[in-house]
Amino acid sequence: MAEWSLYEVFVRSKHGLNHKHVGSVHASDPAMALENARDLYTRRNEGVSLWVVPSSAITASTGDEKEVLFDPSEDKVYRHASFYKLPDEVGHM
Amino acid sequence: MTDKEILQSYLLRLADSDMILGQRLCELCGKAPALEEEMALMNVALDLVGQARNWYEYVAELEGKGRDADQLAFLRDAHDYRNLLITEQPNGDYAVTMARQFFYDVWHYFTLKGLVNSSDERVAGIAAKALKEVTYHLRRSSEWVKRLGDGTEESHRRMQDGIDLLWRFTGELIQADDVDQQIAAAGIGPDTAQLTNDWRGLVKEVLQEATLTPQPDDAWMYLGGKRGEHTEHLGFILAEMQFLQRAYPDAKVW
Repeated sequence: MAEWSLYEVFVRSKHGLNHKHVGSVHASDPAMALENARDLYTRRNEGVSLWVVPSSAITASTGDEKEVLFDPSEDKVYRHASFYKLPDEVGHM
Repeated sequence: MTDKEILQSYLLRLADSDMILGQRLCELCGKAPALEEEMALMNVALDLVGQARNWYEYVAELEGKGRDADQLAFLRDAHDYRNLLITEQPNGDYAVTMARQFFYDVWHYFTLKGLVNSSDERVAGIAAKALKEVTYHLRRSSEWVKRLGDGTEESHRRMQDGIDLLWRFTGELIQADDVDQQIAAAGIGPDTAQLTNDWRGLVKEVLQEATLTPQPDDAWMYLGGKRGEHTEHLGFILAEMQFLQRAYPDAKVW
């Protein structure tokens, strides 16, 4: 148990198009991680597909970069497509 | 015994075996070695209890005495229980828990594969639903046997000890008695010789991959569960499992 590593779990739900992060599991290898993920995150009929990724493979941004990374986008409303009139046929956007 | 009594007797073995193993696994709730394992074990346990309910309901209908699934589970004493002896054996360490599960899952899997083609439609339907769950149970327990067997020196030793400890209860899984034979002959249950071969074949294959040594096929075996002759453990399991129903019959308010 002490040597088990952490895996991040992604589930694609029945009606979902993409896999969504739902949490993490401990496991000794990827195969076990997949089984544990099945048992922890798909017990209530949540999913049709599972990904597990070693948590160590994730490169994350840090908290002190927050202002530099994210603040500049706050005042750029023109980046939202809210100024266009969408034809009905386009559907979800 | 009439054909109907034979069927009841056979189904009660399936029901009781699922029920008792499910109860045994539930003892690990809050005590499993890892959170992930706990969730997985409880999933397996609840699958088994659910399957037991399906078999009990059919048995209750067949016997037509007005009993229901709950009464069959909670109001029969040990000598009326027909579960396989391996299901009542204590959890031990995790290697023992997984050895027990693996031996049972292999038997369960091949039994259900036979029952899916049962001449009794109701049996075939229940089995088809259960087979999906048990296919996964078998995959999990096989993986654990391989991981522990082919793991560290200590995990190998413990896994081998678990196999050796429980081997004596495996004869009952594959040694057909009159009921098994008649159920097979009626096309209701699996061919008994094939079940034996399939069980031995898969167990040996997995143990070999796990670098573990099986015991001989002709080793001395405990029998009796199918006839209601149990090891000392069953009474304690029932005492805990049936307490509420016995002390507060038909308790409706908590």
